[in-house]
Amino acid sequence: MTMLLDILSWVLLSLGGLSILIGGIGALRMPELYTRMHAASITDSMGTILVLLGIMLQAGWSLATIKLIAILLFLLLTSPTSSNALASAALLAGTRPSEEAGQDVDEGEDEGEEKE
Amino acid sequence: MIVIFGIFLLTLLVITAIAIVRTDNLFVAVMLLGIASLLIAGNFFLLDAADVALTEAAVGAGISTVLFLSALALTSERERARSSNKALSFTVVAAAALILIYATFDKPRFGDPQAPSQIHVAPWYLEKTPEYIDIPNVVTAVLGSFRGYDTLGEVFVVFTAGIGVLFLLGSGVPLGSLPREKFNEGLRHHLIPRVVGRVLIPFILLFGLYVQFHGEYGPGGGFQAGAIIAAAIILFALLEGEKRAMSVIPARALLGLMAFGPLLYVAVGVAGIVLGGNFLDYSVLSSDSVKGQQLGILLIEAGVGITVTGVLLSIFHAFAARGR
Repeated sequence: MTMLLDILSWVLLSLGGLSILIGGIGALRMPELYTRMHAASITDSMGTILVLLGIMLQAGWSLATIKLIAILLFLLLTSPTSSNALASAALLAGTRPSEEAGQDVDEGEDEGEEKE
Repeated sequence: MIVIFGIFLLTLLVITAIAIVRTDNLFVAVMLLGIASLLIAGNFFLLDAADVALTEAAVGAGISTVLFLSALALTSERERARSSNKALSFTVVAAAALILIYATFDKPRFGDPQAPSQIHVAPWYLEKTPEYIDIPNVVTAVLGSFRGYDTLGEVFVVFTAGIGVLFLLGSGVPLGSLPREKFNEGLRHHLIPRVVGRVLIPFILLFGLYVQFHGEYGPGGGFQAGAIIAAAIILFALLEGEKRAMSVIPARALLGLMAFGPLLYVAVGVAGIVLGGNFLDYSVLSSDSVKGQQLGILLIEAGVGITVTGVLLSIFHAFAARGR
């Protein structure tokens, strides 16, 4: 059982590390702000969730797990909020999602954010 | 393994430092300074200095960044082009770096058990803290009781810095006399940050109080708690606008807090004299000397926390008032 938990936790940790790496590469390689934010968001969401779940399995049922859950909740609340604030600040500052960045940029999404 | 992590973090720190020097966009520089603080906090934590790491993260990466940004709102985002002699400045920096590197040769090796810091007074503190003060966190015992004078000095440094900034920036025009539209409205028209902020601010305040009063048992204490509580109220000011933040804690009350902290600290010290001990000797505060020490540390930590909160909030409001 301990062995199984250990393997599962390491799988989660490695997947988390992988998604953070992908997010980092994406943030460097993407052409403009919004696509970069999109790539970086995987570090906030997938990366942290997987890594924290992995550490929770390592910690077992203890006070550390409760603290990790609190950290997870905090990150799940704050990181989408900061992404939203960043995107709307960029829109307010006049940065438009570029047309060349991708053909599948949804026009409706663009209009929805302009209400800010 | 820990050494590898430490070298990794320090390498990142050097890269960040070079980037800070090279960029001429001050906004980028402020963000990189925050990252540098976080990296050095991680390094402190690797070196088992959890209290210092918490302080660095709360003050360096948290509050300083906000204060730098509010200072940046008053100036331009670009660094002015320098026409100074580059060769001269490079020589000065290189000479200083060589002297510093030379000085490190005399320092004890990393983790050396024979280092002066390990064999001078530290063993005594570790040995006697359970007997004299009986709290688990020796750092708090050293900071609050054994080296109480030093901490008193630090509190007065914070206090003096706050007074200095208020003198430079002015504690501001009385808020009531300004026309309404001049107030910074904050992000009141942005729903998502406001809602999340409202959910989070009580918990941040609660965490600040936890750090304040848990300092005797784990990493924490007045400096960190003051920064966290100030951060929560600054977040409130950013989200709801200056005016509402000022009506929660008026500027006058902040000045009172700034002064009350050092006064509380000194009062605890003087109480020691009055009750027949030395200045900042908490043993005489209670009939049981261990209880007296604990009471004294609790009170002076409260004084530290109150000062730090008051000073940081006053500085923030002073910058924000100038921005109008």
